[in-house]
This record gives sequence, C-alpha cells and structure tokens, in this order.
Amino acid sequence: MSVSKQAKIVVVGGGLAGLSATMKIAEAGYDVDLISVVPVKRSHSVCAQGGINGAVNTKGEGDSPWKHFDDTVYGGDFLADQPPVKRMCEMAPQIIYLFDRMGVPFARTPEGLIDFRRFGGTLHHRTAYAGASTGQQLLYALDEQVRKHEVLGKVKKYEGWEMLSLVLDDHQVCRGVVAMNLQNLELKAFYADAVIIATGGPGLIFGKSTNSQTCTGSAASACYQQGAKYANGEFIQVHPTAIPGEDKLRLMSESARGEGGRIWVPRKKGDRRDPRDIPESERWYFLEEKYPAYGNLVPRDIATREIFKVCLEGYGVNGENQVYLDLTHIPAEILNRKLGAILEIYEMFVGDDPRQVPMRIFPGVHYSMGGLWVDYEQRTNIPGLLAAGECDFSIHGANRLGANSLVSCVYGGFVAASSAIEYVKNVERKETETNGIHEAEVKRQQEINEKILKSEGPENQYKIHEELGKWMTENVTVVRYNDKLKETDNKILELMDRFKRISINDSNLWATQALPHARQLWNMLELARVITLGALNRNESRGAHYKPEFPERNDEEWLKTTIAEWSSEGPVFSYIPVDTSLIPPRKRDYSKPKGK
Amino acid sequence: MKNGHKKRVLENPPEKIEIRIQRRDRPDAPIYWQSFEINYRRNLNVISALMEIRKNPITKEGIKTNPPVWDMSCLEQVCGICTMVINGRVRQACSALIDDLILDSGSNIITLQPMSKFPNIRDLKVDRTKMFEHLKRVKAWIELDGTHDLGAGPRISNKEAQERYVYSRCMTCGCCLEACPQYHGDNYIGPQAIAQVRLFNMHPIGKMTKNERLEALMGEDGITNCGNAQNCIKVCPMNIPLTKAIYETNREITMNAIFGWLKK
Repeated sequence: MSVSKQAKIVVVGGGLAGLSATMKIAEAGYDVDLISVVPVKRSHSVCAQGGINGAVNTKGEGDSPWKHFDDTVYGGDFLADQPPVKRMCEMAPQIIYLFDRMGVPFARTPEGLIDFRRFGGTLHHRTAYAGASTGQQLLYALDEQVRKHEVLGKVKKYEGWEMLSLVLDDHQVCRGVVAMNLQNLELKAFYADAVIIATGGPGLIFGKSTNSQTCTGSAASACYQQGAKYANGEFIQVHPTAIPGEDKLRLMSESARGEGGRIWVPRKKGDRRDPRDIPESERWYFLEEKYPAYGNLVPRDIATREIFKVCLEGYGVNGENQVYLDLTHIPAEILNRKLGAILEIYEMFVGDDPRQVPMRIFPGVHYSMGGLWVDYEQRTNIPGLLAAGECDFSIHGANRLGANSLVSCVYGGFVAASSAIEYVKNVERKETETNGIHEAEVKRQQEINEKILKSEGPENQYKIHEELGKWMTENVTVVRYNDKLKETDNKILELMDRFKRISINDSNLWATQALPHARQLWNMLELARVITLGALNRNESRGAHYKPEFPERNDEEWLKTTIAEWSSEGPVFSYIPVDTSLIPPRKRDYSKPKGK
Repeated sequence: MKNGHKKRVLENPPEKIEIRIQRRDRPDAPIYWQSFEINYRRNLNVISALMEIRKNPITKEGIKTNPPVWDMSCLEQVCGICTMVINGRVRQACSALIDDLILDSGSNIITLQPMSKFPNIRDLKVDRTKMFEHLKRVKAWIELDGTHDLGAGPRISNKEAQERYVYSRCMTCGCCLEACPQYHGDNYIGPQAIAQVRLFNMHPIGKMTKNERLEALMGEDGITNCGNAQNCIKVCPMNIPLTKAIYETNREITMNAIFGWLKK
C-alpha cells in the first residue's frame, strides 16, 4: 500500500472509540498522534460494567441484527437516524468476535462459546460479558493492540495532554488541534490532515454523576464553540441504579437486573423493618407490576422515572430517595461469578453484602445521547473533523439501551477511522492554506490562559462548578419544567458572569490542576446552556426527556433532531428531520411484548 | 474477599479530621508536610476530603497555601490512577473510606504520601510510565492476523475464561511494585508484567507466541529477581494471584529451557 508520508491523523481521546480508531488507522499504515488527558488505559470506558450487545443468537432465541436494530430504534423513541444504527447492529457480532480473538475473557457457555445475558429493552439474551467489568476488559484489549502499534512506531501517544481547540484554516477546514501539556502547561499545535474527537461524555456538568472525573465534555464543547454543530444535547440518560456518594454516584450495573435482580419498595410508606423481614405480599415490585412483559428490564428512561415517582410519592425506603435492588434470591455462587465486580463495589462503599441484604439505590446522571453532529460516516460539519463514541450524537436517539454504548463506541471508532483515511487520501495540503494558522491558534490559547491566570476576584471555580452541578441535577434531569429550565439558564448566565471574577488559587503552575479545571469549567458552562435550552425548547416527552406539561411524544412537531450552533449571544437552535426510512415510528409500550 | 475492604461504620465519629499531606512543589524540590483540618461527614473518602481541601486550601495553622495536587478519575477503584500511600499502606484513594481509616488506626489523623517507587511529579502525583514500558517489553498483547472480520474466535472453556479473567483485571496501578522489596524504580520486570504474561500465554491464540514473552522474562531484570517476599499479593486491590502467576510462569520457563535444550 502506498501511503503518503505526510498524512497524519490526530485522535483525541483514548477510550474505546479513540483506541478503536487508532488501531484501525495504524493498521492501515498511517501515523497517529493520540492525545489523552490520562494514560489511555485509565479512560472512562473502564467503568462500563454489564456487557456489549450483538445478536449472535447463541441461545437459539431467533435473535438477529434486525431485531437488535429494531430494539435500539424503539428504545431510542425513534429519534435516531436509522441507517447507521442498522449498520452498527450488523457489525456487532463481528466486533464481539474480534474482541474475543484479542483475548477478552468473555464468559462462556458449556460448549465453550461466548455466553450472553439479558439486558434492558430487549427480550433476547444479547449481551456478551466479562464478569461485571466488561468495559475494563474491552478497553484493555484495545490498549494492548495500540501498544503494539506504538512499539512499531505508528502511534505516538501524548498522555497527560488536554486538547484546547481546533486549528481551522480560512475556509473553516480542520488542520489540527492545540493541546496543553498538563505538567508544564506547554501549548503545542498538532498538525493533522484529519482529527477524530473521541472524548466521551459531559457528565461532570451535573456535578456528581456515574462518570469519571475526566468526563467534562470540554473538548466537544471547544469544537462546538469553533463551529461544530452539537445535536440533541437535551437528551441526558439518568441511570436507574446508582449508589449515591459524597464524590460521585457509583454505577450499579443493569446486569444486576439482567441476571434476575428485582426492584421493590415496601408497600407501606415509611416501613422501617429490615427488608429481609418484609414478606413477599408486603413488597411492591412496581416495575414488574406495571410492565409485565419487560419487568425490571424496561429501558433506563422508564425505570428511572418510575423509581423517581415512587420516591416522590413517599414510598422510598425509610422515606428517603432510595429503592431496593434485590439479588438475595440468587445463589451466591452465580452472583460471584457473573456480578462479582459490582458486588465488591457495593460492599466497599456501602458496607452491606448484596448477597444477603437488598441493595439501596437511586438514579444518577450517566450518559449523553446528544453530542457532536455527525453524518453516516462519522464526519462533523467541519471538513477534516470527525467524532466517535459518546461525544457524537448518533445511534441512541432519545434513550440508549444498556450495553449498546460499548458497541457504538467501537463501531463509531471503526467507521471514523476508515472515513478519516478516505479523507486524508484526497485532502489538499497547500502551504498557503495553513501558513501561520497553527502558531496563531497557539497564541490565541496562550492569551486565554494568561487572562485566566491574571484574573482576580472573589469567585471560586470549584464553588461555581458545584452550583452548576446542583442546578443541572435539580432541574435538567428526570423531570423538566419550562419555568425551572428558564431559571436554570439564567443561573448558568450568572455563573458565566461570575467566572470572569475567579482567582486561580494555585500560585505554583507546575502540574497545576486549577488552570485546566478553569478551562474545562468554561466549556462545561457553554454546553450546559445547550442542554438546558434544548430541553426548554422541546415541548414534548420523548425517551429521557420528560415534561409533565407535555407528557406525550409528539411526532408531528418534534420528530426532529435538535441542532445547536454557537454564537457570542448563546446557542442558536435549528431542527433537521430524522431519517426513519427503515422502520416507521410507532408508539413505545413496554407493558407488552414489542409490536412490529 | 482478601483485600476487599468492606465498609464499616464508625460509632463515635470525631468532629474534625486531620489530613497530613507529604508535599513537593516540583520533581527537584524538597519535600515538606502540611496538615489540613476538615469537618467530619458520613461517607467521606480520601478523595472527597482532598476535594474539600482543594476548594479553599488553608493549613491547620491557618496559613493560605496552594491546593494539593493528586490524580483521580473513575473513583470506583477500576482505573488505578489515584493510587497513593495512605497511613503507610499503598492503595487507591477513592476506596479509602475515612471511617475505615479511623477504625484501623484509632486516630483521626490521616497521612497521605505519594508512591515512593515512581518519579514524584508534584505532591501526591507520580509518573508510572515505566509500568507501561514493562508491558511493551513482555509483548503483552495477542498477535492477530488483522482486525478485519475473521469469524468467531477459539472455543474456550468457562473455567479457562474465569482463570484468565482474574488476571485481566490488572489496572497497572503499581501497588505490587510499591510493596515489592526487589523493585527500586529500576528495570526489574515485577509482578504485574509477569501476571500479564500468564494472561496472554493462557489464551489459545496468545499461546502461539508464548516463547517470546517467556524470553522477555529471562535474564537480568527478569523473573528470577523475585525474592518471594509475597508482599505483592497482600496489596493487590484486585486480588490477582500474583505469586501463583510468578510460580507458574517460572515453571514454564524452566520447562521451556529443558525442552529447548533437549531439542538442541
């Protein structure tokens, strides 16, 4: 293969999507600069627990990629453009096989085949898993393959570097990125013929979430502020089962319900008996009662709303915001083998043994369905800029099904890689186009840093972040009211104003975390407006977006994709049609098996 | 659970807790100590205590200072980044709960230090690049014909998959190296990389290149440097059977040497 020596692709982000893309590009013979805020092995993908979906039909249930496709589109309340979803579902079994060949220790059937378990929003066993830490094992498999390419000289890693901005030429074509070395604050322009953004979700906008501390959405926000379209930002998934904590909300995987875990509360409000002393007849298995077909495995948006509702009505355990997730009826041997990793997390942080005592859980912000707008080849509206993984808006529509994130990250990374390669084969590399633009962008970023470092005032960046998180969690998650959304946007504007009067409280700039956090915080504020105003505008209920004032899905007016474009006056919204060319939209109803 | 530290509840909590931090401004600067006092709250862990201090860093003596610097990411003990030495024991800060620490030590003073076997960047932050270099040395990956679609992988019994799963959980946190009396920040390959050799050499495809990995463990800085102190297994947060991996890999090397010699 003849590869132009000049061609260079930059991948930003070293989670599943970024490493999938990197591996494919390096394998095709191109050079990759891989930029990541943490050593890539420590990316947030490690937190994924339950598994990865693919219709391999090991159990002879008649499963097929088309059924996976239909479940995903139906689960997403028909907001996803359908062709890429279909392509992903068709590729999913191959992706699982590839990871198996790369050495992921998937659980096996007695015959030695890959085993599959149940997950939400489907009636099939479709989720391959490695214990209850599948994301960790998938990420490591990619990390290992990319390390091989690193040894071969095709990949150069910049770990401990944070992307600050894109380098755009006069025609708004992406020619690279500017990133900051988090040890010495050096700014460097990375020349690139194509850039793939794979920087994950923005959970930290909500303060405490199930996300890692790196999930600020900062890089995606920077792209948005430089002209990339941001789509469906208002669709934020709140996971039904998390453990509330001081520093974060720790995920309790959907696989707990996939393996038979049951959600319940005492039928009597404020019943303070030990859960083990409450007889079956006095327990309210509200999901099983309301949704006989799917039971505890209804999609996350529905489970979350129901848990919220029973707590709001006063049925929460001990009158608090918590419900039981009960595994005690399942033999300990099975639990240890299939769910060991998450049970250990619960024991470590709560203290009770979930094999003996029902777990107490509550919903927590988990995933952004929205993200950078991309076409079916993962290209953003900026030529030369692609996006993959949670930071792009595709696949999941208004609500993501469990175990679809891992497969969508890998799919997005693979498609972005081949799309970037196609692009760099043909891109013009005229010096006149790029003359001086990299230096100019470094200078611009340097000036922003200096302005923040010089800023003096009474405001504290961490307190601003805390307030943002509280407001967003309170008003822009499970239940949304227009007046509250409006107030929240005003609050964000106030926080943006106060941001200008922060003082960086670290006089030692070596390896300081204060300046990077301030940069992230501004980007979070910008994205918070996109999420909040997108929610304010959308007067209907669809998937994770629920307004009691507009409780129904309204296809006539709102079967469309939200597009936000940055302006100095705030986000400008427009709407584009959803591609429903393959499956006509129908009403979602999980109380009975899904209709055709 | 061996290293699983099931949370316990402190009956009579103190009003305040004191966090003593070993600090360093730059890699070449001297170390110094500072103490910070924060109000006790239920469910505090070391990370949330550090977050509290970072907001408004004032020492116990009332002197305004720079915020302590430390690494953190997942906060669920699965990314390994927040590893540090807490009350003298190497572990992850996210899963170090304040109640547990007070119950264990009987004191409301908690001491934080950076890992000592890796270059100290600043305060509690260290550079563990060396561990990833060791993974390169032992070729800790499966050699594939390519990542294109080649159909299903090999059949594997669930027992083998479970055995490999245990090794696949290593998060390269460095606890084993910190505790190892044979490792001094040098090139000794150490327990983590040996366990990864075991992981790949057990896989049906990985087996095909197992000799390359075994060879990387022979000679100077190799597996024979292990002094069998067994400290590694006591501190591994993932309960990886590191000593078993070392024993089995060593045996494999010996067998290989004998058969290799016979073949000659």
